[in-house]
Amino acid sequence: MPDSQISIEDTRHVATLARLSLDESKLQKFTGQLQNILKYVDKIRQLDTAGVEPMAHALPLQNVLREDVVEPSLTVEEVLQNAPETDGPFFKVPKIIGGDEDSAG
Amino acid sequence: MSERICKSFKILVGMEIHVQLATKSKMFTGAANGFGGEPNTQVDPVVLGLPGTLPVMNKKAVEYSIKVGLALGCQIARQCKWDRKSYYYPDLPKNYQISQYDLPLCSTGMYDLILKDGRVKSIRIRRAHLEEDAGKLMHEAPGGYAIDWSIVDLNRAGTPLLEIVTEPDFESGEEVAAFGQELQKIVQYLGVSEAQMQMGHMRFEPNINVHITDQNGIVHKTAITEIKNLNSFSVLQRATDYEAQRQIRQWQDTGSLGKKSTYGWDEVHGRTFHQRDKEEANEYRYFPDPDLVPVHVDDLWLSNLKLEIGELPTARRKRYVEVLGLKEKDAAILATDRETGDFFEAVLAGGAPAPRASTLMEALRELANDTGQSVSKLGVSPQRIAEIAKLVTDNKIAASKEIAKKIVSALVEKDAPAEETAKQLGLLQSSDTGEVDAAIDALLATNPPAMADYQGGKQAALGSLVGMVMKSVRGLNPKLVQEGLKKRLG
Repeated sequence: MPDSQISIEDTRHVATLARLSLDESKLQKFTGQLQNILKYVDKIRQLDTAGVEPMAHALPLQNVLREDVVEPSLTVEEVLQNAPETDGPFFKVPKIIGGDEDSAG
Repeated sequence: MSERICKSFKILVGMEIHVQLATKSKMFTGAANGFGGEPNTQVDPVVLGLPGTLPVMNKKAVEYSIKVGLALGCQIARQCKWDRKSYYYPDLPKNYQISQYDLPLCSTGMYDLILKDGRVKSIRIRRAHLEEDAGKLMHEAPGGYAIDWSIVDLNRAGTPLLEIVTEPDFESGEEVAAFGQELQKIVQYLGVSEAQMQMGHMRFEPNINVHITDQNGIVHKTAITEIKNLNSFSVLQRATDYEAQRQIRQWQDTGSLGKKSTYGWDEVHGRTFHQRDKEEANEYRYFPDPDLVPVHVDDLWLSNLKLEIGELPTARRKRYVEVLGLKEKDAAILATDRETGDFFEAVLAGGAPAPRASTLMEALRELANDTGQSVSKLGVSPQRIAEIAKLVTDNKIAASKEIAKKIVSALVEKDAPAEETAKQLGLLQSSDTGEVDAAIDALLATNPPAMADYQGGKQAALGSLVGMVMKSVRGLNPKLVQEGLKKRLG
Protein backbone atom coordinates (compact mmCIF):
# COMPACT_ATOMS: atom_id res chain seq x y z
CA MET A 1 0.00 0.00 0.00
CA PRO A 2 1.88 3.06 -1.21
CA ASP A 3 1.57 6.48 0.39
CA SER A 4 1.29 5.10 3.92
CA GLN A 5 -0.03 7.80 6.19
CA ILE A 6 0.89 8.08 9.81
CA SER A 7 -1.03 10.20 12.28
CA ILE A 8 -0.07 11.75 15.58
CA GLU A 9 -2.28 9.13 17.19
CA ASP A 10 -0.25 6.36 15.56
CA THR A 11 2.92 7.86 16.93
CA ARG A 12 1.38 8.23 20.37
CA HIS A 13 0.32 4.57 20.24
CA VAL A 14 3.75 3.33 19.19
CA ALA A 15 5.32 5.45 21.90
CA THR A 16 3.00 3.92 24.48
CA LEU A 17 3.93 0.42 23.34
CA ALA A 18 7.60 1.39 23.74
CA ARG A 19 6.88 2.94 27.16
CA LEU A 20 8.01 6.37 25.93
CA SER A 21 6.47 9.54 27.22
CA LEU A 22 6.54 12.20 24.49
CA ASP A 23 5.30 15.78 24.65
CA GLU A 24 3.30 17.32 21.79
CA SER A 25 6.30 18.87 20.02
CA LYS A 26 8.17 15.55 20.06
CA LEU A 27 5.07 13.74 18.81
CA GLN A 28 4.91 16.18 15.86
CA LYS A 29 8.59 15.76 15.13
CA PHE A 30 8.56 11.94 15.28
CA THR A 31 5.37 11.69 13.24
CA GLY A 32 7.19 13.55 10.45
CA GLN A 33 10.25 11.33 10.77
CA LEU A 34 8.20 8.14 10.80
CA GLN A 35 6.32 9.40 7.78
CA ASN A 36 9.63 9.85 5.95
CA ILE A 37 10.75 6.36 6.84
CA LEU A 38 7.50 4.90 5.54
CA LYS A 39 7.84 6.92 2.34
CA TYR A 40 11.26 5.43 1.85
CA VAL A 41 9.87 1.93 2.41
CA ASP A 42 7.12 2.67 -0.11
CA LYS A 43 9.81 3.47 -2.65
CA ILE A 44 11.53 0.13 -2.01
CA ARG A 45 8.16 -1.57 -2.42
CA GLN A 46 7.99 -0.39 -5.99
CA LEU A 47 10.78 -2.81 -6.86
CA ASP A 48 9.81 -6.12 -8.38
CA THR A 49 11.10 -8.63 -5.81
CA ALA A 50 9.44 -11.71 -7.26
CA GLY A 51 11.98 -14.51 -7.22
CA VAL A 52 14.32 -12.72 -4.85
CA GLU A 53 15.22 -14.72 -1.71
CA PRO A 54 14.04 -12.95 1.43
CA MET A 55 16.96 -11.58 3.41
CA ALA A 56 16.73 -11.81 7.17
CA HIS A 57 20.14 -10.40 7.85
CA ALA A 58 22.60 -8.00 6.29
CA LEU A 59 25.63 -10.19 7.05
CA PRO A 60 26.62 -13.04 4.72
CA LEU A 61 26.66 -15.38 7.68
CA GLN A 62 24.56 -18.30 8.83
CA ASN A 63 24.64 -21.05 11.44
CA VAL A 64 26.65 -19.27 14.06
CA LEU A 65 26.14 -21.90 16.71
CA ARG A 66 27.78 -22.83 19.98
CA GLU A 67 28.20 -26.25 21.53
CA ASP A 68 26.00 -26.99 24.52
CA VAL A 69 28.60 -26.26 27.17
CA VAL A 70 27.95 -24.65 30.54
CA GLU A 71 29.99 -21.60 31.36
CA PRO A 72 30.21 -19.86 34.72
CA SER A 73 27.40 -17.58 35.78
CA LEU A 74 27.79 -14.30 37.59
CA THR A 75 27.61 -14.25 41.37
CA VAL A 76 24.26 -13.23 42.83
CA GLU A 77 25.88 -9.98 44.00
CA GLU A 78 26.99 -9.22 40.44
CA VAL A 79 23.60 -10.16 39.01
CA LEU A 80 21.83 -7.80 41.37
CA GLN A 81 24.33 -4.95 41.40
CA ASN A 82 22.44 -2.79 38.89
CA ALA A 83 19.00 -3.58 40.25
CA PRO A 84 17.12 -0.54 41.56
CA GLU A 85 15.81 -2.66 44.41
CA THR A 86 16.50 -6.14 45.73
CA ASP A 87 15.02 -8.53 48.26
CA GLY A 88 17.56 -11.11 49.39
CA PRO A 89 18.73 -12.98 46.27
CA PHE A 90 15.81 -11.60 44.22
CA PHE A 91 15.10 -8.56 42.08
CA LYS A 92 12.39 -6.56 43.80
CA VAL A 93 9.73 -5.09 41.53
CA PRO A 94 6.43 -3.28 42.04
CA LYS A 95 3.59 -5.64 42.85
CA ILE A 96 2.05 -7.14 39.72
CA ILE A 97 -1.66 -7.40 40.34
CA GLY A 98 -3.96 -9.73 38.47
CA GLY A 99 -1.28 -10.80 36.03
CA ASP A 100 -0.35 -14.29 35.07
CA GLU A 101 2.22 -16.06 37.12
CA ASP A 102 4.76 -15.60 34.34
CA SER A 103 4.70 -13.89 30.97
CA ALA A 104 6.27 -16.36 28.55
CA GLY A 105 4.13 -17.97 25.93
CA MET B 1 -37.47 -14.99 23.05
CA SER B 2 -37.44 -18.39 21.49
CA GLU B 3 -35.88 -21.25 23.36
CA ARG B 4 -32.37 -22.31 22.42
CA ILE B 5 -31.92 -26.02 22.19
CA CYS B 6 -28.55 -27.62 21.60
CA LYS B 7 -29.45 -30.58 19.38
CA SER B 8 -25.87 -31.56 18.81
CA PHE B 9 -22.47 -30.02 19.17
CA LYS B 10 -18.90 -30.50 18.06
CA ILE B 11 -16.00 -29.45 20.26
CA LEU B 12 -12.93 -28.10 18.46
CA VAL B 13 -9.69 -27.88 20.39
CA GLY B 14 -6.27 -26.82 19.20
CA MET B 15 -3.30 -26.86 21.50
CA GLU B 16 -0.23 -24.84 22.24
CA ILE B 17 2.34 -26.83 24.12
CA HIS B 18 5.54 -25.51 25.62
CA VAL B 19 8.27 -28.08 26.12
CA GLN B 20 11.32 -27.18 28.18
CA LEU B 21 14.36 -28.63 26.38
CA ALA B 22 16.92 -30.49 28.49
CA THR B 23 20.05 -28.81 27.18
CA LYS B 24 22.87 -28.25 29.63
CA SER B 25 23.16 -24.56 28.89
CA LYS B 26 20.69 -21.84 27.91
CA MET B 27 19.33 -21.05 24.46
CA PHE B 28 21.69 -18.21 23.61
CA THR B 29 24.41 -18.32 26.25
CA GLY B 30 26.47 -20.66 28.42
CA ALA B 31 24.69 -20.12 31.75
CA ALA B 32 23.40 -23.41 33.15
CA ASN B 33 19.92 -24.60 32.21
CA GLY B 34 18.81 -26.39 35.32
CA PHE B 35 15.98 -26.41 37.78
CA GLY B 36 16.35 -26.05 41.49
CA GLY B 37 19.37 -23.76 41.59
CA GLU B 38 19.50 -21.06 44.24
CA PRO B 39 17.72 -17.91 42.98
CA ASN B 40 19.62 -15.90 40.36
CA THR B 41 22.64 -18.20 40.30
CA GLN B 42 22.19 -19.28 36.64
CA VAL B 43 22.40 -15.82 35.22
CA ASP B 44 25.06 -14.19 33.06
CA PRO B 45 25.29 -10.86 31.19
CA VAL B 46 23.45 -12.25 28.13
CA VAL B 47 20.55 -13.44 30.30
CA LEU B 48 20.40 -10.02 31.90
CA GLY B 49 20.40 -8.40 28.46
CA LEU B 50 23.24 -6.10 29.46
CA PRO B 51 24.43 -3.65 26.78
CA GLY B 52 27.17 -5.03 24.57
CA THR B 53 26.25 -8.68 25.00
CA LEU B 54 25.47 -10.89 22.03
CA PRO B 55 23.37 -14.06 21.97
CA VAL B 56 24.82 -17.17 20.30
CA MET B 57 22.56 -20.09 19.45
CA ASN B 58 22.85 -23.39 21.27
CA LYS B 59 23.29 -26.03 18.56
CA LYS B 60 21.77 -28.76 20.75
CA ALA B 61 18.56 -26.78 21.24
CA VAL B 62 18.18 -26.42 17.47
CA GLU B 63 18.84 -30.13 16.99
CA TYR B 64 16.43 -31.17 19.76
CA SER B 65 13.71 -29.07 18.13
CA ILE B 66 14.33 -30.57 14.71
CA LYS B 67 14.10 -34.06 16.24
CA VAL B 68 10.70 -33.31 17.75
CA GLY B 69 9.61 -31.81 14.43
CA LEU B 70 10.66 -34.97 12.59
CA ALA B 71 8.85 -37.16 15.14
CA LEU B 72 5.69 -35.13 14.54
CA GLY B 73 6.00 -35.50 10.78
CA CYS B 74 6.79 -31.81 10.28
CA GLN B 75 8.53 -30.08 7.41
CA ILE B 76 11.87 -28.84 8.69
CA ALA B 77 12.64 -25.34 7.45
CA ARG B 78 15.89 -25.27 5.54
CA GLN B 79 16.17 -21.60 6.39
CA CYS B 80 14.83 -20.00 9.53
CA LYS B 81 15.45 -16.86 11.48
CA TRP B 82 14.94 -15.28 14.87
CA ASP B 83 12.52 -12.53 15.75
CA ARG B 84 12.10 -10.24 18.69
CA LYS B 85 8.73 -10.28 20.39
CA SER B 86 8.61 -7.01 22.28
CA TYR B 87 6.71 -6.54 25.51
CA TYR B 88 7.34 -5.27 28.98
CA TYR B 89 7.09 -7.53 31.98
CA PRO B 90 9.32 -7.78 35.06
CA ASP B 91 10.32 -11.37 34.28
CA LEU B 92 11.69 -10.38 30.86
CA PRO B 93 15.03 -8.60 31.30
CA LYS B 94 15.59 -7.53 27.68
CA ASN B 95 12.01 -6.29 27.18
CA TYR B 96 11.78 -8.69 24.28
CA GLN B 97 11.70 -12.42 23.92
CA ILE B 98 13.72 -14.07 21.16
CA SER B 99 11.30 -16.27 19.25
CA GLN B 100 10.42 -17.31 15.72
CA TYR B 101 7.58 -15.49 14.03
CA ASP B 102 7.05 -16.22 10.35
CA LEU B 103 9.77 -18.79 9.70
CA PRO B 104 9.44 -21.47 12.41
CA LEU B 105 11.91 -24.33 12.45
CA CYS B 106 9.15 -26.93 12.00
CA SER B 107 5.81 -26.63 10.22
CA THR B 108 2.86 -28.56 8.76
CA GLY B 109 3.20 -31.91 10.47
CA MET B 110 0.84 -34.77 11.07
CA TYR B 111 0.73 -37.20 13.95
CA ASP B 112 -1.37 -40.35 14.14
CA LEU B 113 -2.71 -40.52 17.67
CA ILE B 114 -3.99 -43.91 18.81
CA LEU B 115 -7.06 -43.40 20.98
CA LYS B 116 -8.19 -45.60 23.87
CA ASP B 117 -10.74 -47.42 21.73
CA GLY B 118 -8.04 -48.22 19.17
CA ARG B 119 -9.17 -45.61 16.63
CA VAL B 120 -6.41 -43.67 14.94
CA LYS B 121 -6.84 -39.93 14.76
CA SER B 122 -4.60 -37.79 12.60
CA ILE B 123 -3.62 -34.58 14.35
CA ARG B 124 -2.29 -31.81 12.16
CA ILE B 125 0.65 -29.89 13.58
CA ARG B 126 0.65 -26.25 12.51
CA ARG B 127 4.16 -25.40 13.62
CA ALA B 128 6.84 -25.89 16.24
CA HIS B 129 9.22 -23.07 16.95
CA LEU B 130 12.07 -22.42 19.30
CA GLU B 131 12.13 -19.55 21.76
CA GLU B 132 13.59 -18.53 25.08
CA ASP B 133 11.67 -18.73 28.34
CA ALA B 134 11.11 -15.81 30.71
CA GLY B 135 12.24 -15.67 34.33
CA LYS B 136 10.05 -16.46 37.29
CA LEU B 137 7.94 -13.76 38.87
CA MET B 138 6.68 -14.46 42.38
CA HIS B 139 4.13 -12.66 44.47
CA GLU B 140 4.99 -14.14 47.82
CA ALA B 141 8.30 -14.71 49.55
CA PRO B 142 9.83 -18.20 49.68
CA GLY B 143 7.97 -20.13 52.33
CA GLY B 144 4.70 -18.47 51.36
CA TYR B 145 5.06 -15.23 53.31
CA ALA B 146 3.04 -12.29 52.09
CA ILE B 147 4.99 -9.40 50.59
CA ASP B 148 3.93 -5.99 49.35
CA TRP B 149 5.98 -6.31 46.19
CA SER B 150 6.89 -8.98 43.67
CA ILE B 151 10.23 -10.73 43.32
CA VAL B 152 12.06 -12.06 40.27
CA ASP B 153 14.34 -15.07 39.81
CA LEU B 154 16.01 -15.13 36.39
CA ASN B 155 17.35 -18.71 36.51
CA ARG B 156 14.74 -19.80 33.99
CA ALA B 157 15.18 -16.73 31.77
CA GLY B 158 16.72 -17.63 28.44
CA THR B 159 16.23 -21.39 28.76
CA PRO B 160 15.17 -23.08 25.51
CA LEU B 161 11.48 -23.70 24.98
CA LEU B 162 9.88 -25.48 22.07
CA GLU B 163 6.37 -24.24 21.36
CA ILE B 164 4.26 -26.73 19.45
CA VAL B 165 0.99 -25.58 17.94
CA THR B 166 -1.63 -28.00 16.64
CA GLU B 167 -4.59 -27.38 14.37
CA PRO B 168 -8.03 -27.59 16.09
CA ASP B 169 -8.31 -31.32 15.50
CA PHE B 170 -9.19 -32.53 19.00
CA GLU B 171 -12.82 -33.11 19.93
CA SER B 172 -12.66 -33.86 23.64
CA GLY B 173 -10.62 -33.44 26.78
CA GLU B 174 -9.74 -37.09 26.55
CA GLU B 175 -8.18 -36.69 23.11
CA VAL B 176 -6.26 -33.63 24.22
CA ALA B 177 -4.89 -35.43 27.28
CA ALA B 178 -4.02 -38.50 25.19
CA PHE B 179 -1.98 -36.33 22.83
CA GLY B 180 -0.28 -34.65 25.77
CA GLN B 181 0.76 -38.02 27.15
CA GLU B 182 1.90 -39.20 23.75
CA LEU B 183 3.98 -36.07 23.28
CA GLN B 184 5.53 -36.61 26.71
CA LYS B 185 6.58 -40.11 25.64
CA ILE B 186 7.99 -38.81 22.37
CA VAL B 187 10.17 -36.11 23.88
CA GLN B 188 11.38 -38.49 26.58
CA TYR B 189 12.11 -41.13 23.94
CA LEU B 190 14.05 -38.60 21.90
CA GLY B 191 15.89 -37.55 25.04
CA VAL B 192 15.19 -33.87 24.38
CA SER B 193 13.21 -33.11 27.54
CA GLU B 194 12.75 -34.72 30.92
CA ALA B 195 9.10 -33.77 30.45
CA GLN B 196 8.35 -34.00 34.18
CA MET B 197 4.91 -32.48 34.55
CA GLN B 198 5.31 -31.51 38.19
CA MET B 199 8.50 -29.64 37.27
CA GLY B 200 6.65 -27.59 34.65
CA HIS B 201 8.71 -29.07 31.81
CA MET B 202 5.52 -29.24 29.75
CA ARG B 203 2.80 -26.59 29.81
CA PHE B 204 -0.44 -26.87 27.88
CA GLU B 205 -2.76 -24.21 26.53
CA PRO B 206 -5.88 -25.61 24.87
CA ASN B 207 -7.83 -23.28 22.55
CA ILE B 208 -11.46 -24.28 22.67
CA ASN B 209 -14.66 -23.50 20.84
CA VAL B 210 -17.86 -25.34 20.06
CA HIS B 211 -20.06 -25.63 16.97
CA ILE B 212 -23.59 -25.94 18.31
CA THR B 213 -26.43 -27.10 16.08
CA ASP B 214 -29.81 -25.85 17.31
CA GLN B 215 -33.32 -27.30 16.87
CA ASN B 216 -33.64 -25.65 13.45
CA GLY B 217 -30.38 -27.06 12.18
CA ILE B 218 -28.59 -23.72 12.41
CA VAL B 219 -24.96 -23.88 13.50
CA HIS B 220 -23.72 -21.45 16.16
CA LYS B 221 -19.96 -21.11 16.61
CA THR B 222 -18.76 -19.94 20.01
CA ALA B 223 -15.75 -17.64 20.31
CA ILE B 224 -12.40 -19.31 20.94
CA THR B 225 -11.13 -19.21 24.50
CA GLU B 226 -7.67 -20.18 25.61
CA ILE B 227 -6.94 -21.79 28.96
CA LYS B 228 -3.51 -20.78 30.15
CA ASN B 229 -0.73 -22.78 31.71
CA LEU B 230 -2.09 -26.24 32.49
CA ASN B 231 0.54 -28.65 33.69
CA SER B 232 -1.11 -31.96 34.40
CA PHE B 233 -2.89 -34.34 32.05
CA SER B 234 -5.83 -34.70 34.40
CA VAL B 235 -6.31 -30.93 34.64
CA LEU B 236 -5.88 -30.60 30.88
CA GLN B 237 -8.68 -33.09 30.29
CA ARG B 238 -11.06 -31.69 32.91
CA ALA B 239 -10.43 -28.05 32.04
CA THR B 240 -11.04 -28.68 28.33
CA ASP B 241 -14.29 -30.54 28.94
CA TYR B 242 -15.46 -27.99 31.48
CA GLU B 243 -14.75 -25.04 29.20
CA ALA B 244 -16.57 -26.63 26.23
CA GLN B 245 -19.62 -27.30 28.39
CA ARG B 246 -19.43 -23.78 29.83
CA GLN B 247 -19.59 -22.31 26.32
CA ILE B 248 -22.60 -24.48 25.47
CA ARG B 249 -24.36 -23.52 28.74
CA GLN B 250 -23.60 -19.86 28.14
CA TRP B 251 -25.20 -20.03 24.70
CA GLN B 252 -28.23 -21.91 26.01
CA ASP B 253 -28.72 -19.52 28.93
CA THR B 254 -28.00 -16.20 27.24
CA GLY B 255 -27.61 -16.74 23.51
CA SER B 256 -24.11 -15.29 23.76
CA LEU B 257 -21.31 -16.88 21.79
CA GLY B 258 -18.80 -15.20 24.08
CA LYS B 259 -15.70 -13.22 23.22
CA LYS B 260 -12.23 -14.29 22.25
CA SER B 261 -10.65 -14.45 25.68
CA THR B 262 -8.23 -16.05 28.07
CA TYR B 263 -9.30 -18.30 30.92
CA GLY B 264 -7.54 -19.82 33.89
CA TRP B 265 -8.23 -23.06 35.71
CA ASP B 266 -9.45 -23.08 39.31
CA GLU B 267 -8.51 -26.48 40.68
CA VAL B 268 -10.27 -25.95 44.01
CA HIS B 269 -13.68 -25.46 42.42
CA GLY B 270 -12.96 -27.52 39.30
CA ARG B 271 -13.88 -24.76 36.88
CA THR B 272 -12.43 -22.28 34.42
CA PHE B 273 -12.50 -18.57 35.18
CA HIS B 274 -12.28 -15.53 32.94
CA GLN B 275 -8.94 -13.73 32.92
CA ARG B 276 -9.11 -11.19 30.12
CA ASP B 277 -10.55 -10.49 26.69
CA LYS B 278 -8.28 -10.73 23.68
CA GLU B 279 -10.10 -8.14 21.57
CA GLU B 280 -7.09 -6.15 20.51
CA ALA B 281 -4.68 -7.74 18.08
CA ASN B 282 -1.34 -8.63 19.63
CA GLU B 283 1.05 -5.73 19.41
CA TYR B 284 4.32 -7.49 19.93
CA ARG B 285 6.02 -5.59 17.10
CA TYR B 286 7.88 -8.64 15.88
CA PHE B 287 10.97 -7.93 13.83
CA PRO B 288 14.08 -9.94 12.89
CA ASP B 289 16.67 -9.97 15.65
CA PRO B 290 19.72 -8.20 14.22
CA ASP B 291 21.96 -9.94 16.77
CA LEU B 292 21.32 -13.38 15.37
CA VAL B 293 22.04 -14.80 11.93
CA PRO B 294 19.73 -17.27 10.16
CA VAL B 295 19.91 -21.02 10.61
CA HIS B 296 20.40 -23.09 7.50
CA VAL B 297 19.61 -26.79 7.85
CA ASP B 298 21.27 -28.74 5.05
CA ASP B 299 20.67 -32.33 3.90
CA LEU B 300 23.65 -33.74 5.74
CA TRP B 301 22.68 -32.22 9.08
CA LEU B 302 19.11 -33.37 8.66
CA SER B 303 19.99 -36.93 7.69
CA ASN B 304 22.43 -37.19 10.59
CA LEU B 305 19.65 -36.16 12.97
CA LYS B 306 17.33 -38.73 11.41
CA LEU B 307 19.99 -41.38 12.01
CA GLU B 308 20.33 -40.30 15.63
CA ILE B 309 16.59 -40.58 16.16
CA GLY B 310 16.46 -44.09 14.74
CA GLU B 311 13.12 -45.79 14.92
CA LEU B 312 10.40 -43.76 16.60
CA PRO B 313 8.00 -45.25 19.18
CA THR B 314 5.04 -45.32 16.80
CA ALA B 315 7.01 -47.06 14.08
CA ARG B 316 8.46 -49.50 16.59
CA ARG B 317 5.04 -50.28 18.07
CA LYS B 318 3.63 -50.83 14.59
CA ARG B 319 6.47 -53.15 13.64
CA TYR B 320 6.09 -55.16 16.86
CA VAL B 321 2.43 -55.77 16.04
CA GLU B 322 2.65 -56.26 12.30
CA VAL B 323 5.98 -58.01 11.91
CA LEU B 324 6.52 -59.69 15.28
CA GLY B 325 2.86 -60.47 15.90
CA LEU B 326 2.75 -59.04 19.43
CA LYS B 327 -0.46 -57.84 21.02
CA GLU B 328 -1.07 -54.08 20.63
CA LYS B 329 -0.91 -53.60 24.40
CA ASP B 330 2.41 -55.42 24.81
CA ALA B 331 3.88 -53.68 21.77
CA ALA B 332 2.91 -50.29 23.17
CA ILE B 333 4.61 -50.99 26.51
CA LEU B 334 7.80 -52.29 24.89
CA ALA B 335 8.03 -49.36 22.49
CA THR B 336 7.30 -46.63 25.03
CA ASP B 337 10.83 -45.85 26.04
CA ARG B 338 13.99 -46.35 24.15
CA GLU B 339 15.83 -48.35 26.84
CA THR B 340 13.10 -50.96 27.19
CA GLY B 341 12.71 -51.25 23.43
CA ASP B 342 16.45 -51.59 22.88
CA PHE B 343 16.67 -54.24 25.63
CA PHE B 344 13.83 -56.17 24.01
CA GLU B 345 15.59 -55.97 20.65
CA ALA B 346 18.75 -57.35 22.23
CA VAL B 347 16.80 -60.29 23.67
CA LEU B 348 15.44 -60.97 20.18
CA ALA B 349 18.94 -60.71 18.76
CA GLY B 350 19.96 -63.38 21.29
CA GLY B 351 17.63 -65.76 19.48
CA ALA B 352 14.46 -65.56 21.56
CA PRO B 353 11.14 -65.86 19.70
CA ALA B 354 9.21 -62.58 19.94
CA PRO B 355 6.14 -63.66 21.96
CA ARG B 356 8.34 -65.43 24.53
CA ALA B 357 10.71 -62.47 24.71
CA SER B 358 7.67 -60.27 25.29
CA THR B 359 6.49 -62.45 28.18
CA LEU B 360 9.96 -62.43 29.67
CA MET B 361 10.03 -58.64 29.38
CA GLU B 362 6.81 -58.59 31.37
CA ALA B 363 8.49 -60.68 34.06
CA LEU B 364 11.42 -58.28 34.06
CA ARG B 365 9.11 -55.29 34.27
CA GLU B 366 7.33 -56.72 37.29
CA LEU B 367 10.65 -57.32 39.03
CA ALA B 368 11.88 -53.87 38.06
CA ASN B 369 8.70 -52.27 39.39
CA ASP B 370 9.15 -54.07 42.72
CA THR B 371 12.48 -52.35 43.17
CA GLY B 372 11.55 -49.10 41.42
CA GLN B 373 14.15 -49.58 38.70
CA SER B 374 14.01 -49.71 34.95
CA VAL B 375 14.34 -53.06 33.18
CA SER B 376 17.73 -52.23 31.76
CA LYS B 377 19.05 -51.28 35.20
CA LEU B 378 18.15 -54.60 36.85
CA GLY B 379 21.62 -55.87 36.07
CA VAL B 380 20.68 -58.87 33.96
CA SER B 381 21.94 -58.87 30.41
CA PRO B 382 19.61 -59.38 27.43
CA GLN B 383 21.78 -62.38 26.56
CA ARG B 384 20.78 -64.13 29.80
CA ILE B 385 17.13 -63.42 29.08
CA ALA B 386 17.56 -64.97 25.64
CA GLU B 387 19.08 -68.00 27.39
CA ILE B 388 15.99 -68.32 29.56
CA ALA B 389 13.86 -68.19 26.41
CA LYS B 390 15.93 -71.01 24.95
CA LEU B 391 15.44 -73.11 28.10
CA VAL B 392 11.69 -72.80 27.55
CA THR B 393 11.99 -73.62 23.85
CA ASP B 394 14.06 -76.68 24.69
CA ASN B 395 11.49 -77.78 27.27
CA LYS B 396 14.09 -77.54 29.99
CA ILE B 397 11.97 -75.23 32.13
CA ALA B 398 8.24 -74.69 32.18
CA ALA B 399 6.86 -71.77 30.18
CA SER B 400 5.89 -69.83 33.28
CA LYS B 401 6.40 -66.19 34.10
CA GLU B 402 6.87 -67.03 37.78
CA ILE B 403 9.66 -69.48 37.03
CA ALA B 404 11.33 -66.93 34.77
CA LYS B 405 11.13 -64.38 37.58
CA LYS B 406 12.81 -66.80 40.01
CA ILE B 407 15.69 -67.30 37.60
CA VAL B 408 16.02 -63.57 36.86
CA SER B 409 15.99 -62.74 40.59
CA ALA B 410 18.83 -65.21 41.12
CA LEU B 411 20.72 -63.76 38.16
CA VAL B 412 20.35 -60.27 39.64
CA GLU B 413 22.13 -61.60 42.74
CA LYS B 414 24.79 -63.47 40.81
CA ASP B 415 25.36 -63.58 37.09
CA ALA B 416 25.79 -67.08 35.67
CA PRO B 417 24.57 -69.02 32.65
CA ALA B 418 20.76 -69.22 32.95
CA GLU B 419 20.73 -73.01 32.72
CA GLU B 420 23.16 -73.34 35.60
CA THR B 421 21.06 -71.01 37.73
CA ALA B 422 17.85 -72.83 36.83
CA LYS B 423 19.51 -76.10 37.83
CA GLN B 424 20.64 -74.71 41.19
CA LEU B 425 17.10 -73.51 41.83
CA GLY B 426 15.79 -76.98 40.98
CA LEU B 427 13.73 -75.56 38.15
CA LEU B 428 15.08 -77.72 35.36
CA GLN B 429 12.57 -80.24 34.10
CA SER B 430 13.53 -83.80 33.64
CA SER B 431 13.24 -84.94 30.07
CA ASP B 432 14.45 -88.39 31.03
CA THR B 433 11.67 -90.65 29.69
CA GLY B 434 12.65 -93.42 32.09
CA GLU B 435 12.06 -91.13 35.05
CA VAL B 436 8.75 -89.99 33.58
CA ASP B 437 7.58 -93.55 32.98
CA ALA B 438 8.51 -94.55 36.51
CA ALA B 439 6.47 -91.69 37.93
CA ILE B 440 3.50 -92.66 35.77
CA ASP B 441 3.76 -96.29 36.88
CA ALA B 442 3.88 -95.28 40.51
CA LEU B 443 0.83 -93.07 40.20
CA LEU B 444 -1.30 -95.42 38.20
CA ALA B 445 -0.60 -98.17 40.69
CA THR B 446 -2.14 -96.10 43.48
CA ASN B 447 -4.92 -94.38 41.57
CA PRO B 448 -6.99 -96.77 39.47
CA PRO B 449 -10.22 -94.67 39.49
CA ALA B 450 -8.71 -91.82 37.47
CA MET B 451 -7.33 -94.33 35.00
CA ALA B 452 -10.74 -95.92 34.65
CA ASP B 453 -12.36 -92.51 34.12
CA TYR B 454 -10.04 -91.73 31.27
CA GLN B 455 -10.38 -95.10 29.67
CA GLY B 456 -14.15 -94.74 30.09
CA GLY B 457 -14.00 -91.77 27.76
CA LYS B 458 -13.45 -88.83 30.10
CA GLN B 459 -10.82 -86.80 28.28
CA ALA B 460 -10.73 -84.32 31.13
CA ALA B 461 -9.34 -86.98 33.42
CA LEU B 462 -6.05 -86.81 31.51
CA GLY B 463 -5.38 -83.30 32.73
CA SER B 464 -5.83 -84.25 36.35
CA LEU B 465 -3.66 -87.31 35.86
CA VAL B 466 -0.88 -85.14 34.41
CA GLY B 467 -1.25 -82.85 37.40
CA MET B 468 -0.98 -85.74 39.83
CA VAL B 469 2.13 -87.15 38.17
CA MET B 470 3.75 -83.72 38.14
CA LYS B 471 2.98 -83.31 41.81
CA SER B 472 4.33 -86.70 42.74
CA VAL B 473 7.79 -86.06 41.30
CA ARG B 474 9.12 -82.53 41.06
CA GLY B 475 10.59 -81.17 37.89
CA LEU B 476 9.11 -83.41 35.25
CA ASN B 477 8.46 -82.07 31.80
CA PRO B 478 4.65 -81.81 31.55
CA LYS B 479 4.68 -82.45 27.82
CA LEU B 480 6.53 -85.72 28.24
CA VAL B 481 4.22 -86.72 31.11
CA GLN B 482 1.18 -86.13 28.93
CA GLU B 483 2.64 -88.07 26.03
CA GLY B 484 3.69 -90.90 28.33
CA LEU B 485 0.24 -91.13 29.90
CA LYS B 486 -1.50 -91.17 26.55
CA LYS B 487 0.72 -93.99 25.40
CA ARG B 488 0.14 -95.99 28.56
CA LEU B 489 -3.60 -95.55 28.66
CA GLY B 490 -4.07 -96.15 24.96
